[in-house]
Amino acid sequence: MNTASIALATSARDTVLPMTPPVKVSARGLNFWYDKFLAVKDIHMDIPEKRVTALIGPSGCGKSTLLRVFNRIYALYPKQEAKGEVLLDGENILDPKYPMNRLRSKVGMVFQKPVPFPMTIFENVAYGIRHHERLSKADMDLRVEQALRQAALWDEVKDKQKESGLSLSGGQQQRLCIARAIALKPDVLLLDEPTSALDPISTSRIEQLIEELKQQFTIMIVTHNMQQAARVSDYTAFMYLGDMVEHGQTAQIFSNPSKQQTEDYITGRFG
Amino acid sequence: MSSSLYRARAAKNFIAQVLAAFAALFGMFWLVWIMWTTLSMGISSLNWALFSEMTPPPGAEGGGMLNAFFGSALMSLLGILLGAPIGVLAGTYLAEYSSKSWLGETVRFVNDILLSAPSIVLGLFVYTLVVAQMGHFSALAGAIALAFIVLPVVVRTTDEMLRLVPVQMREAALSLGVPQWKVTMQVLYRSALPGIVTGILLALARISGETAPLLFSALNNQYWTTDILSPMANVPVVIFQYAMSPYENWHSLAWAGAFVLTMFVLLISLVARAIVLRNKMTHD
Repeated sequence: MNTASIALATSARDTVLPMTPPVKVSARGLNFWYDKFLAVKDIHMDIPEKRVTALIGPSGCGKSTLLRVFNRIYALYPKQEAKGEVLLDGENILDPKYPMNRLRSKVGMVFQKPVPFPMTIFENVAYGIRHHERLSKADMDLRVEQALRQAALWDEVKDKQKESGLSLSGGQQQRLCIARAIALKPDVLLLDEPTSALDPISTSRIEQLIEELKQQFTIMIVTHNMQQAARVSDYTAFMYLGDMVEHGQTAQIFSNPSKQQTEDYITGRFG
Repeated sequence: MSSSLYRARAAKNFIAQVLAAFAALFGMFWLVWIMWTTLSMGISSLNWALFSEMTPPPGAEGGGMLNAFFGSALMSLLGILLGAPIGVLAGTYLAEYSSKSWLGETVRFVNDILLSAPSIVLGLFVYTLVVAQMGHFSALAGAIALAFIVLPVVVRTTDEMLRLVPVQMREAALSLGVPQWKVTMQVLYRSALPGIVTGILLALARISGETAPLLFSALNNQYWTTDILSPMANVPVVIFQYAMSPYENWHSLAWAGAFVLTMFVLLISLVARAIVLRNKMTHD
C-alpha cells in the first residue's frame, strides 16, 4: 500500500479536528484471558468522545477481543475474563456492581455478520427499546423512524416495515442492525468488522454512515481493511500479539508511524 | 483432456447414476408394496363403521376401532404434552446454559442413550414404576411410557436447532441489554421454532405406532373408556392381538388399522417436511 496517498486523503480532514476532544472511555492496565491464554496485555488507552477510533492489526492480535470488553459481551462465556479497569465516563464498567443493563444501553454493538432477528423490520428496531422503556405506540413509531433515518435505511424500508428483517439485502440488514443498536440512544457504538461480509457498494454506504454517526456517538471500529481505517477513522490503534503497539491520530499513524512494527504492517510487509 | 479418459469418466458416471436410481427405486418399491398390502387386505373394513363402532367381540360380525383410535390419540397427545415441554426445556439448557460443562455433556450423552433405548425396555421401566405401584394397567401409564420416547427426541432436536442459531444473534440481542432468558424466549425460540415443531411432530409419528411400551402399560380394552386410570384400547396393540387371532373379520380390521396408522405417519411426515421447506424458503 502507498502510505503517501493515504496521508493525502486523511490530512485535509484532520486539520479541522479540535486538538483534544474529551475522553469518553479509557482502559487502564487491561488484561484479558481466554482461560489461561493472555490475549490482551496491559492496555492503557483513551478513546476520545464523538470520534472514530479504528483498531487494526493482524488476525489474532486481540483487537476484536479488546472491542468485546467495552460492553462485556465476553461475559457470556464462562472461561473468558477481563482484569484491570475500563472507565466509561469515569466509572469502572468491569466492576461487578456496574449494572449490565445500563452498560449495554450505553454501549451498542454491531457484528461482522448481519443478524436481523426473525421478526419484522419494525420489531427488529423496537425490540431493544421495549426492554428499556415504556413508550406509547406513536412515540415508538417515531423512535423507530428516527433510528432507521439515522441508519440511512428509512427511505428503503418505510413502506415495508411489517416485512421480515430477513427479506432485506445483506447491506440493508447490516444498516438494520446499526439502527437496532442506535435506537437505544447509546453513547458508544462498537463495530466489529461491520463491512467484511458486504459488497463494495454496501461497504461505502456504511462508511458514509459512520462519518455521519460520529456527530452523536463515540465509535470504535475493528477492521482488517487498512484503507477503511484510513478513510473512516480519526484515531487508529495498532495492536500486535495482544500488545497496543501504537495509538494516535490516524493521519500520523499512516503517514509517520513512530514504531517500525506499525510501519511494516501498514505498508503490507506482514499481517 | 484426452477423449478416452473423458469417455471412461462418463461411463463411470452413468454406472453410478444407474446404481443410485436403482437403490432409490428399490426402497420405494417396498414402501409402495407395504401400503398396497395394508390397503388391499384392509379394504373390506375401510368404511364408516371402522371409525364409529367399537372393537367387536370374538366371532361377531362387523365392528370398528373407534375405542382404539381414541385411545391412541389420547395417549399420544398426553405423551407429547408430558414429554415435549420437558424436552424443550432440557434441550434449551443443553444449548444455551450448560456451555460445555461436565453436567451438560453428561446429560447429552445419557440422552443419546435414551434415544436409542429399545422401546420395550422403556415399557418395562414404566411397568415397574407406574403399573406395579398402581396395581393395574392404565392409559396414564401408557402416556408416560410414550413420553419417555418423546423426551429424548425433543431434547435432541431442540438442542441441535438452538445450536444452529448463529452465535452473533445471541450476542446482538444480549448487546441490547436484554437478559438471557428473554433473549432465549423471544429471539432464539422464534428462530429455532420450525425445527423444534418438526422434532415434536416426528416424535408424534414415532409414538403413534409404538406397541411394546403400551403392552406393558395401557394394555388393551375391549370397550369404550375415557378413564385414563383404566386400561385403554390403542391401535398398535389391537393390531397385534387381532392379527394373531383366528377370526377372519379381526384380520381385516387389523389390516385396516395398520393402513390408517401408516397414512397418519405419512401425513405427519409430510407436514414436518412442509414446515422445513417453507422455513428454508423464507431464509434463502
